[in-house]
Amino acid sequence: MTGPLLALRDLRVCFRTGHGGVWGRKPVLRAVDGVSFDINEGETLGLVGESGCGKSTLARALVGLERAAVGEAIFDGRDILKMSPAEFRPLRRDIQMIFQDPFASLNPRLSIGRILAEPLFIHRLARNRAEARAKVAGTLERVGMDPDAIGRFPHEFSGGQRQRIAIARVMILAPRLIIADEPVSALDVSVQARVLNLIRALRRDSGASMLFISHDLGVVRHISDRIVVMQGGRIVEAGDKGRIFDAPQHAYTRRLLASVPRIPARGV
Amino acid sequence: MALLEVENLEISIVTGGRWGRLLPVVRGVSFSVEAGRTLGIVGESGCGKSLTALAIMGLLDGPVVRITGGAVRFDGQDLRALDPGDRRAIMGNRMAMIFQEPMTSLNPVYRVGDQIAEALRQHRRMSARQARDRATELLDLVRIPDPARRVDSFPHQMSGGQRQRVMIAMALACDPGLLISDEPTTALDVTVQKGILDLMRDLQGRTGAAIILISHDLGVIAETCDTVAVMYCGRIIEDTDTPRLFAHMSHPYTRGLLASIPAVDRDTEWLEAIPGRVPPVGAALPGCAFHPRCAFAKGPCRDSTPGPTAIAPGHVVRCHFPQEGGA
Repeated sequence: MTGPLLALRDLRVCFRTGHGGVWGRKPVLRAVDGVSFDINEGETLGLVGESGCGKSTLARALVGLERAAVGEAIFDGRDILKMSPAEFRPLRRDIQMIFQDPFASLNPRLSIGRILAEPLFIHRLARNRAEARAKVAGTLERVGMDPDAIGRFPHEFSGGQRQRIAIARVMILAPRLIIADEPVSALDVSVQARVLNLIRALRRDSGASMLFISHDLGVVRHISDRIVVMQGGRIVEAGDKGRIFDAPQHAYTRRLLASVPRIPARGV
Repeated sequence: MALLEVENLEISIVTGGRWGRLLPVVRGVSFSVEAGRTLGIVGESGCGKSLTALAIMGLLDGPVVRITGGAVRFDGQDLRALDPGDRRAIMGNRMAMIFQEPMTSLNPVYRVGDQIAEALRQHRRMSARQARDRATELLDLVRIPDPARRVDSFPHQMSGGQRQRVMIAMALACDPGLLISDEPTTALDVTVQKGILDLMRDLQGRTGAAIILISHDLGVIAETCDTVAVMYCGRIIEDTDTPRLFAHMSHPYTRGLLASIPAVDRDTEWLEAIPGRVPPVGAALPGCAFHPRCAFAKGPCRDSTPGPTAIAPGHVVRCHFPQEGGA
């Protein structure tokens, strides 16, 4: 295929906020205010910015959770924002999301086996229970979990293990684009390192593209090929990670980088 | 003499009802802080760093978690031996704490000015007007814009960074000699975090207070602390001054923690993550608590708990085989 896997053109998401009085119009918050970028096949694009910059709203728009989105989001040649829910449904397999909070994103009443098998049945990727079970066990192993997790429930697992399960739920569908919204932010650093290594290995093996959203600049540098910096709903700077980190152009990018506490020189 | 001395502190959880046994979760913790200096306590979730802070502040008197040994001396006085009245006269006055979550640690139904004034009314016997004026001054000191108006704001009318500044203003109200700060910037954006840390350093320069900064972030610790104590499974496993720690990091856990952090200033391929995971709280593990995850573990590590050993003046490590040389 030629051209990018995903092309955003002038994406906008606006919310009406507060009270506008009886006749007045409510003030409009432009959460995402004209964002354009491409993600190529097999590429990881890092999206950084501080709270309220619109990065999560953008992510939600791409998986169809933000109906107010306007503009163009061309995925594999078709504009997903113009699709009806029925048209979009089969594409959900190709565009999958990993959420930030591993305690909120897994249904506490379903066993791990059912959490992972559900997407298989929805997308008709398993003909019977035995096939689903085999796929679930295989995927658990790929994310470094013991296959006997199948019969257990989310509360029996730590934050890092839950995030592995959430990643397994995404990888079992073999998506082409993974949207990861702060996937390691809730984890302790030693756990975070192992989940980052896992994400890197899975991305390499599957060839999937990824939009990786984080406020942690070290994590974004580690995982991404290219970087987009957002502030106030707009992109202020975009480019290869080496250029963004080593020669930032925009004043905001510089201020962001200057604010990160530095660890003294190390050569472990 | 150090302003605060913690000696052999032990904190336990009471399990299994009335005749339950005591499960020690913090053991043998000793450190001291001098006026004008900042001690960093670093570690991951569950290592006991927040419990240690709460213990120092006398906030662990409950039926479930309590101090079961050791001493906490402030200005020469054993805080555990004081009666509640005398202790109350110190807490929030000469010792104060900045809590972790600015979103939940402020009372949502009181104006921030009244919350700051409470300590002043209690400890300094100020009139309502005096206390309000002082609260306004304090808001100005922590760089909240338009303090005369903001003193009447409710917490929900402020941003996360502003709420954290209010928390600092509350803690500073009575000019404490010791400030304990538990993850003061964890919930905040980096640019806001920088502002808060700069502010704390600035205020320390002005008041000469001792600070204990608790954090999981080695970067924050490196930039703000004079000395560092690294905690793992309820014990301090490495303890030295900050430049020395980063130049001669010796405990395998500390080194693993550092290797887990992706650098901002260079590209990293794979992270050298620590294998395995933290044992469950209170697990009765013979030997060194870190040995199941340690690449350097040998026989003695499984059999006996390493005691604190000074590998250089002022550099104490609890490890049978400290990793020599530069980190």
